[in-house]
Amino acid sequence: MKYLLRALALAAAGAAPFLVYPVFLTQVLCFALFASAFNLLFGFAGMLSFGHAAFFGCGAYVAALLMAGSPSPLLALIGAGLGGGLLGLVIGGLAIRRRGVYLAMITLALAEVVYFVALQAPVTGGEDGIQGVPSGTLLGLVDLENPVSMYFFVLVLYLAGVAVIRRAVNSPFGHVLHAIRENEARAVSLGYSVQYYKLLAFVLSAALSGVAGGAKTLAFHFAALSDVYWHNSGQVILMTLLGGAGTLSGPSLGALIVVTLSNALAFLGEWVNFIQGAVFVACVLLFRRGIVGELLALAERRRALLARLRALLA
Amino acid sequence: MSLLASQILIGLINGSFYALLSLGMAVIFGLLNVINFAHGAFYMMGAFLAWIFLQYFGLSYWAALILSPLLVGIIGLVVERTMLARLRALDHIYGWLATFGLALMIESVFRFFYGVSGKPYAAPMALRGGFDLDFMFLPIYRFWVILASAVLCLGTWLLIERTRLGSYLRAAVENPALVQAFGVNVPRLLTLAYGMSVGLAALAGVLAAPVYQVTPLMGSQIIVTVFAVVVIGGLGSILGTIVTGFALGFIEGLTKVVYPQGANLVVFVVMAIVLLATPAGLFGRR
Repeated sequence: MKYLLRALALAAAGAAPFLVYPVFLTQVLCFALFASAFNLLFGFAGMLSFGHAAFFGCGAYVAALLMAGSPSPLLALIGAGLGGGLLGLVIGGLAIRRRGVYLAMITLALAEVVYFVALQAPVTGGEDGIQGVPSGTLLGLVDLENPVSMYFFVLVLYLAGVAVIRRAVNSPFGHVLHAIRENEARAVSLGYSVQYYKLLAFVLSAALSGVAGGAKTLAFHFAALSDVYWHNSGQVILMTLLGGAGTLSGPSLGALIVVTLSNALAFLGEWVNFIQGAVFVACVLLFRRGIVGELLALAERRRALLARLRALLA
Repeated sequence: MSLLASQILIGLINGSFYALLSLGMAVIFGLLNVINFAHGAFYMMGAFLAWIFLQYFGLSYWAALILSPLLVGIIGLVVERTMLARLRALDHIYGWLATFGLALMIESVFRFFYGVSGKPYAAPMALRGGFDLDFMFLPIYRFWVILASAVLCLGTWLLIERTRLGSYLRAAVENPALVQAFGVNVPRLLTLAYGMSVGLAALAGVLAAPVYQVTPLMGSQIIVTVFAVVVIGGLGSILGTIVTGFALGFIEGLTKVVYPQGANLVVFVVMAIVLLATPAGLFGRR
């Protein structure tokens, strides 16, 4: 069942760019990677960062600057990941000194510093951002200016990113993160250096967010202030929450829904933000587990019920 | 000298808004276990209502000073009843996320109707002009803002520390179940506290309207700085929150003289230093 679903999803992803506008799909993939990276921190390690736009934006700007120098998309993405990760080391290092909602406030405030820097530093182009970034040619073979090849390139990137996250979550490292999320004091008393694990999760998440930002720059030919704005941080939280925090596929589903809605409802202008806010409130009040999380819980309940029935009959 | 004095004055004005807002946030956090992301939105709403009252109904500044907080406070009561009361048992994070969504909704409504450009709001006749001190010109309105916020902060502190209502509030922070057992209606108390704190934010908004331009963005602009103030001060002590708010405004004003480019960032730098030195904040409990 699981493998069938996965094969179907892959087949759909392969056929999609020939049925739907590929640039739109690429946007979905970039945000799906971003949300999955965010989810590693929020869903699996229990840390709510409200500054993830800083890492995404950092990756976007670094990729744009690197492409201006030597147009190699792979190099640009590596740079974007390193940039995001380094920034994650600094912001995360400060933020993990507090917990819970304080951590959220600290990341929001520090991300605001990054926004100010992007606004005022000479290299980032101020209000205009960096426009006209080339997509380049992958290893001198594949021309990424073609939207379909760009889509497949980002698809591979996304799959690789999700594989990394999946591996991290299922590794001993991931189990320690889980332990910290459930009961930090106990994890400390068991001898784990909690701060080290938290920082590592933070840096990993930030680096992957940077890669997502870099991919966005390559696909859309620009890095802009909106990438580092707190609004973007809010959006990635919404995607994760709506799809299901702490599930592997939830954030990607959330990204698909939010990006689709944002594009479909663009004609409503200002009301898109209103709808996003309302969805936020509805998610928190009505289904905190998100769509995938609620479905999994439903399946779990059904399985438990069936098992009880079977035990009753036996 | 005069530049220094006037920048410090502006800094103190910013500081009084930081103090008023973080004070309300501290009360809400202490009682409801929620960091109220919508606090900035309510502050903006207060300023905007003052502008709307004047623009469409010809109501004066003095009327707005009473009506705006009242109206916003009532909205706050509804928000607490319908939303926050359901989140009480959950992790803080959910209250923060829900109020973030609320802030998005409020801001987008005002952006839809009034755009993002700033609306000028004139100070009332009685508070125009200024005193010509030897070393600087002191506009009366600015003096009034600092005086009014100092009185409001002190009043809130007295209300919490010295009155019967305040003693119920403080007791409800320590042990809500026991206070409930003594026959105090704790849920109603919490609703009331939220409404009053949010009303205080609206009052700060009305005070701010003649100083800054009235725009839908003014809430989200100030709220990030207020969060930094809250992290620096910690939410353990009401008086500590007030002092931190004014002090950071003062430092901001000082930075504007010494290194103008850094004025936007200095609060965040202070936050980073405080986090490195005493992670719990200056007046905080871990």
